[in-house]
Amino acid sequence: MSYLEYQVKYVPSGFRKLLYLNWPIFFLVSAVCGAGFLMLYSVAGGSMDPWARPQMQRFGLGMVLMLIVGLVPIWFWRNMAVLAYAVALILLGLVEVIGVERNGSQRWLDLGPMDLQPSELMKISLVMLLAAYYDWLPLDKVSRPLWIVIPLILIAIPAFLVLRQPDLGTTLLLVMGGGAVLFLAGVHWAYFASVIAAAIGLVTAVFTSRGTPWQLLQDYQYARIDTFLDPSKDPLGAGYHIMQAKIAFGSGGWTGRGYMQGTQSRLNFLPEKETDFIFTTLAEEFGFLGASTLLLLYALIILFCIASAMTNKDRFASLLTLGVAVTFFLYFAVNMAMVTGLAPVVGVPLPLVSYGGSAMLVLMIGFGLVQSAHVHKPR
Amino acid sequence: MKRGSKETETSARRISRRALFLGASQLAVVGVLGWRMRALQVEQGDIYRSLAERNRIDIELLPPDRGLIYDVNGVILAENEQFYNITITREDAGDVDAVLAKLARLIPITEEQIARAREELDKVRGDIRVTVAERVPWDDVSRVVVNAPALPGVTAELGLSRLYPQETDMAHVVGYVGPVSDYDLSRIDDQDPLLRIPRFQIGKTMIENKLERVLRGKAGTLEVEKNAAGSVMRELSRSEGEPGSDVQLTVDARLQNYVQARLGEESAAAVVIDLEDGDIAAIGSAPSFDPNLFVRGISQADWDALNERDKDPREHHRPLAAKTVQGAYPPGSTFKMVTALAALEDGVVEPEETVRCLGQMDVSDVRFHCWKRGGHGNMNLHESLKQSCDVYYYDIGQRVGIDKIAAMARRLGLGERHDLPMSAITTGIAPDKDWKRRERGEDWRIGDTVNASIGQGYVLASPLQLAVMTARIATGRSVSPRLVLSIDGVEQPSGAGEDMGLNENHLRRIRASMFDVSNHRRGTAYRTRIVAEGMQMAGKTGTSQVRRITAEERAQGVWRNEDLPWHRRDHALYVGFAPYENPKYAVAIVVEHGGGGSAAAAPIARDIMLQALHGGTPPLSAYPSADRSRIEEQQRRLDLRDIRPGRTADRA
Repeated sequence: MSYLEYQVKYVPSGFRKLLYLNWPIFFLVSAVCGAGFLMLYSVAGGSMDPWARPQMQRFGLGMVLMLIVGLVPIWFWRNMAVLAYAVALILLGLVEVIGVERNGSQRWLDLGPMDLQPSELMKISLVMLLAAYYDWLPLDKVSRPLWIVIPLILIAIPAFLVLRQPDLGTTLLLVMGGGAVLFLAGVHWAYFASVIAAAIGLVTAVFTSRGTPWQLLQDYQYARIDTFLDPSKDPLGAGYHIMQAKIAFGSGGWTGRGYMQGTQSRLNFLPEKETDFIFTTLAEEFGFLGASTLLLLYALIILFCIASAMTNKDRFASLLTLGVAVTFFLYFAVNMAMVTGLAPVVGVPLPLVSYGGSAMLVLMIGFGLVQSAHVHKPR
Repeated sequence: MKRGSKETETSARRISRRALFLGASQLAVVGVLGWRMRALQVEQGDIYRSLAERNRIDIELLPPDRGLIYDVNGVILAENEQFYNITITREDAGDVDAVLAKLARLIPITEEQIARAREELDKVRGDIRVTVAERVPWDDVSRVVVNAPALPGVTAELGLSRLYPQETDMAHVVGYVGPVSDYDLSRIDDQDPLLRIPRFQIGKTMIENKLERVLRGKAGTLEVEKNAAGSVMRELSRSEGEPGSDVQLTVDARLQNYVQARLGEESAAAVVIDLEDGDIAAIGSAPSFDPNLFVRGISQADWDALNERDKDPREHHRPLAAKTVQGAYPPGSTFKMVTALAALEDGVVEPEETVRCLGQMDVSDVRFHCWKRGGHGNMNLHESLKQSCDVYYYDIGQRVGIDKIAAMARRLGLGERHDLPMSAITTGIAPDKDWKRRERGEDWRIGDTVNASIGQGYVLASPLQLAVMTARIATGRSVSPRLVLSIDGVEQPSGAGEDMGLNENHLRRIRASMFDVSNHRRGTAYRTRIVAEGMQMAGKTGTSQVRRITAEERAQGVWRNEDLPWHRRDHALYVGFAPYENPKYAVAIVVEHGGGGSAAAAPIARDIMLQALHGGTPPLSAYPSADRSRIEEQQRRLDLRDIRPGRTADRA
């Protein structure tokens, strides 16, 4: 498919495409990454190593990738969707076989200079494939049960593989991200309503069955839920990280304790301070002003993506843009909810800020796709 | 596939609708997150800020150096010893078994120690130090330090502990320290945070216990910043504590050493009081024990041995008991000075008045015997004391009455709890009619007076009390014992005492009689006299029954102590003072089940007194010539410690 399908008035070409990039997104993404460098420098105790320098190098690489991906026409990427999904799936399967194990879970592939986390790759690939699927599927078939089963399987296979690693956070992100694309594509409300109702019913059943002979979870699993709901009950055990994260977060106050002055992170009270819990350090050192500013940056990225998607008549392009935006949103929303004690600790990094090569590069590629969609918008 | 523009429009509209809905939901989530951040940081910020402060700042206590204890000449009785423990942490060690095996090849540690450390390591958090070997000699410590790279997680940890260099000599005076126990915490009302330090040592008995607050000192504090692992990042502030006060005792370590050696394995006690200030020069109880055993944590075998688990209870010598102040014995004939003084002061008896001793006396149908079966004949005060005639005292005791005897006993320091910083001091008993009614619910009977008049029956006194009694008789002053000479160089109140207001003539007569006990051919302690000019001793022997002698036994004549089992033999006692002309020391000896006072107690008293007067081993010329070869042998046999004054005695 090409522009011929639309009534196109103008197509940018060559380096003129640069003028048509979604520059607000470009700068917002850069700003968020900049905040990440600041924090990685801080949690290393005022040092570029071991985190800030590699993160900057990856950012540089990511920027180049984003521009390259962004300048390549969007239909090329639509044609690549199946291949990308297949590659990501094969890599996920490889993780199962030859993956590197860290902290009790097998998520990485050893690629020499860096470790690749295929589950990150799958997040974007899945969104691409689903967008391509709904681009291909005639509108009147969207809500037919048979045509819903296919995308559900496409979501379920990688979700199952990731869950086996085990990586509950990424699994949830895959399922919710995929579900969001289905929703955007126009699948009937009733499906989502029934899924939500079933989820609520299941949660209720889990809680009401507790203590009865037919209780659905093991006692230790209930204990974990208890700890999440009230971490102060077990401040030195399982609730420790949640409690310490909340202390770090809260102690920031309005304006924070000052850059590199956060005692909680400086003194190692925080778990995973360079990855999942980096937001607590930011909140501790820059306070509510800093934390809400970062939240605002994230929200603006989402808004610009939505705006771009709504002005794009190409079905694949707008679904892809929205899908990347939702994936990105799920990342930071789950992470922030997690470190502020609103959600259980499931191991989701803060996008573009947390230390981690795969996530950074994959997100940059994702934004590259958003740029491509924006640049090659039918005008 | 070519898509119609109508379909494209529919699709775009539908996506836009859903995108708006999803965007709104996302915005709502962002709002919730923002609201949550505000709640944590703005509304509850202060709470979390204070929690963070507490998180990172930890106040550590710096235990103060415990005060030292010196003898009268500055000899160290209790000091603080630094030592090293070898510890290991699981986290740093990695392969614990391999590291322990390497350690065992390097320094001598037993299989048991390894097993114990292994077991403890499994129980504690990974970063907690577990002690593998305690009190490791310096050679082994240096070997561990040198090999540190090969022994990850192994460290030599400096510890501070109490050391008693005089070992068994001072166990019953200085006592010992030990780690604070839950029992201690429940018993004492002490909020000192030091007590919460694991393994902090506090005084358990005697001086260590009674002067705990003086010796302990005050804790210093160290404010440190810690990370989550509990490792100290840096010191924020440090305030030095105050070391405990040094304590100087009146006891002379060399004399004490002699006393303990001389008492040997007898179950016995000896107290020597300096008459000038009531200073206790020696206060020994035998058998004794090594207090260092308790500091280090006593082994079950040692504990069983000290409690004589394997012995017949009747044979118990009770090494853990300080018999000097805890033992209450019938004073026997050493009590006769009390009865005599009471009668003289009351005026019911004149010194030259005689009582005829026929070897027995019947009082209200009960027959009371004199120790001498044939009787002493006519006895006046002087002769009755010298020869220790019982019948004389049966007679004057009844005439003066028990209440006055008891009053005199109390004036002389019996039945009174002399408040020394020692544990479980007995009050003894100076019985009177009120006492019996109060304690026994019975009326006093005349036979009780007869028994009491020779220090039997209800009368009980500790060796310390007997020494005080002797000191008061020797000086006429209400001498009270003093054990602590100074605390931090500040001299404690003297125990010299006031004149008791007793008739000096009466006292002089008693003393003269006591002189003859030791120095007259017919005196009961003549064989154990001191012949050195100007050092002669005055005293009184005592032999107190621990059982009733049946009429049958008396008829058969079977009450020779040697024929009886140990626990039924008489207690042997001796009290005395010397030099007679210018008294310097009073001494009291009790040998449990030792037999006769003149045979078992008096020789010990004489040897100790000579040692005290000479300030060391006396020349043989101080002894009667008949004894000299035996004494020489004895002096050679006694294994005395080489004790030299540590620092100049700073007597204020």
